Amino acid sequence: MNHYLKAVTLLFVLFLSSQLSAAIDVHEFDSPEQEQLFRELTRELRCPKCQNNNIADSNAGLAQDLREKTYQMVKQGSTKQQVLDYMVARYGNFVRYDPPLTPAVMLLWAAPLAIIVLGLLVVLRMAKRKADSKPELNADEQQRLEALIKQTEQDK
Amino acid sequence: MSKRFWYFLLPLVAFLMMAVFLYRGLYSDATELESVLIGRPVPEFTLQDIYQQDKQYAADIFKGEPLLLNVWATWCPTCRAEHAFLNSLAEQQGIKIVGLNYKDDRQKAIQWLEQLGNPYQINLYDGKGLLALDLGVYGAPETYFIDSHGIIRYRHVGDVNPRNWQDTLAPIFSALE
Repeated sequence: MNHYLKAVTLLFVLFLSSQLSAAIDVHEFDSPEQEQLFRELTRELRCPKCQNNNIADSNAGLAQDLREKTYQMVKQGSTKQQVLDYMVARYGNFVRYDPPLTPAVMLLWAAPLAIIVLGLLVVLRMAKRKADSKPELNADEQQRLEALIKQTEQDK
Repeated sequence: MSKRFWYFLLPLVAFLMMAVFLYRGLYSDATELESVLIGRPVPEFTLQDIYQQDKQYAADIFKGEPLLLNVWATWCPTCRAEHAFLNSLAEQQGIKIVGLNYKDDRQKAIQWLEQLGNPYQINLYDGKGLLALDLGVYGAPETYFIDSHGIIRYRHVGDVNPRNWQDTLAPIFSALE
């Protein structure tokens, strides 16, 4: 029984490791900097097919292609910006997990802030108006008010 | 208009705009990416004809008249589903379609065309997905609408079927110059 269990566990581990190693391509680099750049890029580029993976993590055919392309470009001495430009020219800013500050992105960031500021202004304005507006009584009302006050004082 | 009127109208307008925006978001397809190539010419390429290795084509095949560029592969089930309709588009409506066989086995692809019919005027073989990469293809099938100057005007992701052809795609195609 024990042996059986061990064998099954071993098979399971072997199966798992074969699954894991599927995502690792063998790449050789000319320098540690190149390898570093490759790792950085594959982490920062999003797989257009499997949208919430970067191309380092994804096993989709397209991610493999993009990884290979990134590898070739890095190996040929492209800078990070060149690789990013290449990808963005084909797949749009969507492929970047760290997109540039376009007007649309700025709107996205600024809109909630603008709404908060606007709300604050409205509240302040309303508070101010309330403070400013003391209800004016005309002579007649003033008389009635004083009479009422007197009345209540007498009632005590 | 009184000032008070605007105080009521502006929030209402803002609310309606927001509502429309969110409502559209509710039904938008997050997997559908916008193509960067809209309004740009088809990228340069040299690819072989799927049948003849010594026959090569370049981007100038897209000049002359409006046509569709359909990205397909035998490993793609949706492509199979779409194929019959492409046949009828080509045969009955006389629409010119160029095929881009994407990362596929050449023999399988030829077999498929023999079995299911060939709606394509030209069939490019892109075994390594080179042109597809330049086009920004991220799945198959994809169909590009290209005008007579070789400019990409529209990209459709997913299959072309009678319904979406009728509703959205046919008007786009007939508007191509």
